[in-house]
Amino acid sequence: MRRARRMKAAALLLAGSMALAACASDEPESGSGGGGGGGAAAEELKIGLAYDAIGRGDRSFNDSAFAGAEAAIAEFGGEYREVTPNEDGSDRAELLAQLAEQGYNPVIAVGFAYDEIIADVAADFPDTTFAQVDGSFELPDGTSKGDNVTGLIFAAEQGSFLAGVAAALKSETGRIGFVGGVDVPLIQTFQAGYEAGATTVNPNIAVDVQYISPAGDFSGFNDPARAQILAQGMYSGGADIVFQVAGGSGTGVFQAAAAAGARAIGVDSDQYQTVDDPALQAVIMTSMLKRVDNAVTAFVGSFVDGNVEGGTDLLYDLESDGVGLATTGGFIDDIQGEIDGYRQQIIDGDIEVPTTP
Amino acid sequence: MNRLRRTGLALLGPVLAILVALVVSGIVIALIGEDPFGALRVVADLGDTPSQQTQSIVVILNRAVPLFLAGLAVSIAFRMGLFNIGVEGQYRLATILAAAVGAAVTLPGPLHVLLIVVVAMVVGALWAGIVGVLKVTRGVSEVISSIMLNFVALGTASFLLTGPLRGSAEGQSIVTTETIPESGWFPSLNGLLTGLGLAEPRSELYGFLLVAAVVGILLSVLLKRTRFGFDLRATGLSPSAARASGVDASGMVVKTMLLSGAVAGLIGLPELLGEAHEFGTEFTAGLGFLGIAVALLGRNSPLGIAVAALLFAFLDRAALPLQFADIPSSVVTIIQGTIVLAVVIANEIARRLALRSAERAGSSAAAPPPDGNGGGGGDSPTGDGPDGGRRAATPVAGEQQGAQA
Repeated sequence: MRRARRMKAAALLLAGSMALAACASDEPESGSGGGGGGGAAAEELKIGLAYDAIGRGDRSFNDSAFAGAEAAIAEFGGEYREVTPNEDGSDRAELLAQLAEQGYNPVIAVGFAYDEIIADVAADFPDTTFAQVDGSFELPDGTSKGDNVTGLIFAAEQGSFLAGVAAALKSETGRIGFVGGVDVPLIQTFQAGYEAGATTVNPNIAVDVQYISPAGDFSGFNDPARAQILAQGMYSGGADIVFQVAGGSGTGVFQAAAAAGARAIGVDSDQYQTVDDPALQAVIMTSMLKRVDNAVTAFVGSFVDGNVEGGTDLLYDLESDGVGLATTGGFIDDIQGEIDGYRQQIIDGDIEVPTTP
Repeated sequence: MNRLRRTGLALLGPVLAILVALVVSGIVIALIGEDPFGALRVVADLGDTPSQQTQSIVVILNRAVPLFLAGLAVSIAFRMGLFNIGVEGQYRLATILAAAVGAAVTLPGPLHVLLIVVVAMVVGALWAGIVGVLKVTRGVSEVISSIMLNFVALGTASFLLTGPLRGSAEGQSIVTTETIPESGWFPSLNGLLTGLGLAEPRSELYGFLLVAAVVGILLSVLLKRTRFGFDLRATGLSPSAARASGVDASGMVVKTMLLSGAVAGLIGLPELLGEAHEFGTEFTAGLGFLGIAVALLGRNSPLGIAVAALLFAFLDRAALPLQFADIPSSVVTIIQGTIVLAVVIANEIARRLALRSAERAGSSAAAPPPDGNGGGGGDSPTGDGPDGGRRAATPVAGEQQGAQA
C-alpha cells in the first residue's frame, strides 16, 4: 500500500513534469511597435504578422519575417501586431481571423502550415489583403486561395545548391552532412539543391542526410539537443561541414561543430550575425539566406502603393537576390569567384536545380 | 452529512489548486512587468460582439472535446493504478488508420461515420492492448512500454502517411491522406447554437461533442454501477486485496488497457470528422500528453475531467487575446502548469485531511472503517460499492494463474 502510494506520487510528478515540458515553449513577448509618422489614423498601416510554430526568437525564419515587417514600419510608418500559434498549432485559423477582424491589413502568414487555413480565412475577409510566406496562392489541387491572397515563395533549392558548392569546395574529407528539421517536402527542396550543388563540384562526395523528426511530428524544428546528437554523429563519422535546415534546432548543429572543431552552414538568416556566442560564430562558414525580410518589406511596400494584385505568386530566387549565400566572417571569400560562376549558370538556366532529392 | 463532507473534501483539492495557480501566475505576470488583473480580464473576456462571443464558446468547446476524451482515456487506466502514457501514440495511429479506411469506402452517412469510429476504437484498443499483454505475460512496466510504443506509433503513422496512405501529390508542403467523402463527415452543431438564440459563429461546433458526452456517461455508469467497474477500482486501490477477494488481476489489466485504448482512439475524431476530413502532417498532436494533465486535474472522475477539459480549453483560447493585449501568451501555459502541480500537492493534503477526519470519526464512534480514499479516486468504493458485500465471499478459480503471472 505504502509502495503503491509512493509509486503514485512519483508518477503524478512525472506526469506533471511532462505536462510542464509540453508547455515549455518559449514565446517572446509580442510588442506593438509604434513608429514613424503614418498619417491619418484611418490610413495608418497596421501589419498583422502570424508566425509559424515557436514564433519570434528562432534566430531564423520567423525572426527574418519580423525584420521585414520592422523595416516596412520604419519606411512607411504605422504599427504591427505579431501573434504566435499555440504549441500544437491548432489555433492558426483563429490567429488570422482575429488579425483581420481587428482591422490589421495586410495580414501576413509565415509558413507553409497556413496553406488551407489562409484559404478559408481569406474567403471570410474579402476586404483584407493576405500574404503567405512559403506558400503559393494556389492550393495543392490547383484552386486559388482567393483573389486577396499573394504567395511569397522562395527558390530554396537554388540557394542550397550554392551552399552545396561551397561545402564541397571547402571539405577536406570528401564527406559533408545535412541536418533537416522535419522530413517534409519544403525541407527536402533544401536537401535536393544541396546534394546537387555538392555533387556538381565533386561527383565522389558523400553526403550524410538526417532529419530530426519524421513528417507529422514538428518537434524537429525546436529540438537543439537532438540536432546536436545527429550532427555529432556526422562529424565523428568523418564529415567536416554540415548544413542545417532545422529552424530553432540549428544551434545544436553549431554546438556540435564547435565541439568537433568542424564547420557548419546556417540557414534563412545570416546566422553568423544572429548567434551571440563567438565560439559558435567561428564555425558558421556561411548561411543559405532566404530573404523573407526582403519579401515581407517589398510586399508591404506594394500594398502601401496599392499595387498588390492578389491571386499571384511572387518568386524570390537567385536572380532577384531572394536567396543566396552570406559572406560575413570571410570564410568563403577565397571561393567567391567559383560560387558566382555557378550562380550565373543557374540564373542563365544552364543548370537546372532539382527540387526533390 | 458524511457524504457532504466527503464531496467537500474532494472539491477542496482542485479549488485550492486553481487558487494557488492563479496566485503564482499573478506573481509571475507582475514580475515580468504586466498587470495581473488586466491579464485576468483578458482571459475572461470572450469578445465584444455576440458573434465573437459565440465564436469564443465554439473555440473553447472544440478544444475541450478532444481534451475530455484524452482525459477519459488516461483516467480509465489511472483508476486501476495503471499509467497509460501511450495515449498519444494510440490516438495518432488510430486516427490515420480510421482516416484511411474512411476515405477508402463510401457508405450511407451514419454507417460511414460508425465505421470510422469503430476502426479508430479498435486500432486504439489493440495498440494499448499490447501494453497490457506485455505487462501480464512478461511483467513489463506499462509506463515504459507505453512510452516506447509512442515512438513506434508516431514513426509508423509517419511512414504510413508518407508511404502507402499518402493521398496528397508528391512535393506538396503538407502531406495528407485521401479526403473522406462527405458521407463520412459529422454534422456540426451550429444549428443548435443558433436555435438557442446565439449568434452564428465563424467556425463550426464539432458534432462529436454529443458522442463525447455519451462516452463520458457510459464510462461513468460502467465504473460506478457494474461489477467490472468495481473490480477495476478495487484493483486500483489495493491489488493484493482485490486478488485475495477473487479478482482476476491479469485479465483486468488487459481489459482496462483495451478500454483505455478504445477511448484514446476517439481523441482525433472530432477534428477528423468535423473539420479536417483527412489526417495529415498538420493534424493536432500532443493531445495524449495533455490528457494526463486533464485526468489529474479532473481527479479521474468523468465529470471532473469534463470540468478540467473545459478549464484547459478556456485558458488555451486566451493565448491569442493575451497576445493582442501585449501580454506573453506563455502566461496561459504557466497557469496550466502550476494548476497541475498544485493539484498534485492539494490532492495529497486533502487525502491526509480526509484520513485524519476518518480516523477521528473511527475512534470516537468505532463504527465505520477508516476511509483512506479521500485523495486517490474521488469517490469511495469501499463503503457504498454496488456489490461490495458479495466480493469477499466469491473465490475465483483463475486467481492462481493471476498470481503466478
